[in-house]
Amino acid sequence: MKPAVLTGEYFMTGDVACAEGALAAGCRFFGGYPITPATEIAERMAIRLSHVDGCFIQMEDEIGAMASVLGASWGGMKSMTATSGPGFSLMMENIGLGICTETPCVVVNVQRGGPSTGLPTHGAQGDMMQARWGSHGHYEIIALAPSSPQEIFYLTITAFNLSEKYRLPVLIMTDEIIGHMSEKVIIPEAKSIKTVSRPKPKGRKDRFKPFAPGPNGVAPMPAAGEGYNLHITGLTHDEKGYPVMTVEAQTEMMARITEKIQRNLDDIIRTDSYLLEDAEIAVVSYGISARTSIAAVAEARKLGIKAGLLRLVTIWPFPEDQIRKLADRVKGFVTVEINLGQIHREVERCAGGKVPIFLVGHPGGTIIHPDSVVKMLMEAF
Amino acid sequence: MEEIPTPSKEQPHHPLDDLIRTDRIPHIWCPGCGIGTVFSACLAALKASGINLQKTVMVSGIGCSGRAAGYVKLDSFHTTHGRAIPFATGLKLANPELNIVVFSGDGDLFAIGGNHFIHAARRNMDITVICVNNLNYGMTGGQVAATTPYLAKSTTTPAGNPETPFNLPLMAYACGATYVARWTMLHIRDLTDSITEALCKKGFSFIEALSPCPVNYGRRNKQKPLDMLKLYQEKAIIKNDADPATLDIDFEKGIILGKFIDLDRPTFIENYDKIYRPSRLQENVPELNS
Repeated sequence: MKPAVLTGEYFMTGDVACAEGALAAGCRFFGGYPITPATEIAERMAIRLSHVDGCFIQMEDEIGAMASVLGASWGGMKSMTATSGPGFSLMMENIGLGICTETPCVVVNVQRGGPSTGLPTHGAQGDMMQARWGSHGHYEIIALAPSSPQEIFYLTITAFNLSEKYRLPVLIMTDEIIGHMSEKVIIPEAKSIKTVSRPKPKGRKDRFKPFAPGPNGVAPMPAAGEGYNLHITGLTHDEKGYPVMTVEAQTEMMARITEKIQRNLDDIIRTDSYLLEDAEIAVVSYGISARTSIAAVAEARKLGIKAGLLRLVTIWPFPEDQIRKLADRVKGFVTVEINLGQIHREVERCAGGKVPIFLVGHPGGTIIHPDSVVKMLMEAF
Repeated sequence: MEEIPTPSKEQPHHPLDDLIRTDRIPHIWCPGCGIGTVFSACLAALKASGINLQKTVMVSGIGCSGRAAGYVKLDSFHTTHGRAIPFATGLKLANPELNIVVFSGDGDLFAIGGNHFIHAARRNMDITVICVNNLNYGMTGGQVAATTPYLAKSTTTPAGNPETPFNLPLMAYACGATYVARWTMLHIRDLTDSITEALCKKGFSFIEALSPCPVNYGRRNKQKPLDMLKLYQEKAIIKNDADPATLDIDFEKGIILGKFIDLDRPTFIENYDKIYRPSRLQENVPELNS
C-alpha cells in the first residue's frame, strides 16, 4: 500500500504523472474505457486507487465512463476519466450534463491524430476546438495544456482545484507525445500540495438552493445522501434545481454557468513566456508544440530575429487580453500547433488585424520540427 | 343548535405527499397514462421497505418515466437519455451506503441505454431498476421502441412494426440480474410488494411494470384508454418462477407476470473490496495498521 502522494524523484511518462497528479489532488474515483494513447492513465489508476481507498471501474464505453464520473462526483468523490479523440467525442453529451448541472470532475484527452479512428498511436492537437464547443449549446469551459510529464502532474492538481472551485468539468488537453514520453518528474511532499474541495453548504437544509450563486458566482455543493433532497437535472433549471421551461429561466441559468468563468479570468488563466519581453515577433503555442517553439525561438535569436514565446497553459477560456496586449507592440504572430489552424484562429481574432499572423501547423502524426518554425520566422518577417 | 364545521380550505393530504415535491405538481403525465400508478407503487414501496430514505436516491434518464426523478422528494437525478444506470453506478461506487433506484422507461433503458443495463446486471451492481414499459416512445409522440410488439403501429412504423421486441425479464436474467419480476400497473399490490422486496435485496434487481400509453400507443392501435387495462386484467397469467425464456409479451396468448428470479451472488462492490480494498472488509480491519 502506497500513499496518495508518492513524494520522490522519478522517471515517469506523462500518462503516469497525470494519474499521480490526480491522486495528489484527492481524486478517488476513475471511470474509464481503454483507448490509445490514454490507457496507461486508467491502468495506473486501477492499481493506485486501491492504495488510497478509492474506486476504479472500467465501464462498458466512454459514454458510461463519463456518466459514472458525474455520478461519483455527486456521490461526494473527486472523480475523473481519461480518453482520446473517439472517446472524447462519445463523452461530449455528458460533459454537457456536467456543465449544466455544475458538476466538478476532470476529463483528460490524450490527443491523437483524427478525424475518426485516425492515428491511434501518433500525437496531434486536433481536438482543441472540440474541447471548446464539442457539447451542444453555448457554455464556458476550462481546458489546460501541459508541456511535459512534470507539468501534467501539477496541472492535473490545478484542474481538480479549478473544477472544485468553479463546479464544472475541467479538461486537460494533452497529447500522445507528452502522454508517452518519459522524463524526470519530481513529486513534492504532500503538505506542500494545495488542494481545493467544493465548499459545503451551511444553514437550513430545506432552504438550500443548489444553484444559488455564492460570492464568486458558484453555489456550495452537497453530496447525495446528506439530507438536502436535491433535484439535479440537465433540463434548464432555476436556483432550486427545478426545471423551468421559460426564456427567463434559460437566460438566468446561462448567466450563472458562463459568468462564473468570465468573471474569474484572472484566477483561471495561466500563461508562461520565453524571451517575450523585448520580442518583436510573438510565437504562440501550447502543449508539446510549445517545446518545439522554445527551441525555435532560441535558434531565431541566434540568427538575430527578435522572437519570443507566449505559451498558453490555459487554453479555454482563451487568454484574449494577453494576445490583445501583444498585438499592440509586436510586428506579428506565429502560431505553432499540431493541427491546421485552430488556436491560430483565436490568435487571429484577438490580434484584430493589427499585425500579420502566420501558422506553423501540421495535420498530425508527428511533433513539429523547430526548423519549420525558424523557417517561418525567417521568411515571414 | 349543532355547529356545522367549516370544511378546510386546504387540499386533503395524500399519504405519499411527504415523498412528493408537491410544489412541482401538476405533473406532465397524460390522462390514462400508467406511469403515475407505477410511481406511487414505487413510493409506497420506499416507505414499506423501511430503508433509510435520507440515503436513498432516484436516478432517471429521459422520457415520460424519466420525469419521476423530478417529482420524488428524495435526492434525485434526471440525467441524459439512456445514462441513468452508469450515472447510478458512479453514485453507488462513490458512496456504497446509498440505496439507488433507477426509474425510467423502456426506450431509455433498453434502446439507447441497453448497453449499460447489460453491463450493470453482469457486474451485479447493487441498484434497483424499475422499467415502466409502455411499448413505445411516448414523450416524442409515439415512435416504435425496442419493446413495441410485432406489427403494432407507431408513427415510425405506420404500417406495422417489422421488428421483434425484447423479452425484458429474459434479458435481465441472461445478463446476471439477481432479482427479476414483471407486473402491470393494474397489479398494484403485487408491484408494490415486488419493488419493496427488490429495494431490500442486495444486488441488481429489475422490475418491469407494464403501463398503458393511450395517447400515443393506444390511439394508433385501436385501443381505447380502458382496453389496455382490460387486457392486463384478462390476459394476465401469474406464474412465479416461470422460465424467463417463456416471457415474450403476447396479448393473444396472455402475459406472464410474477417474480421469476431471486438469487444471490456477490455484488461488484463486495468483489472489489475483497480483491482491491481488503481493509474495507470487517475481518481485515486490524491490517489497517500493518
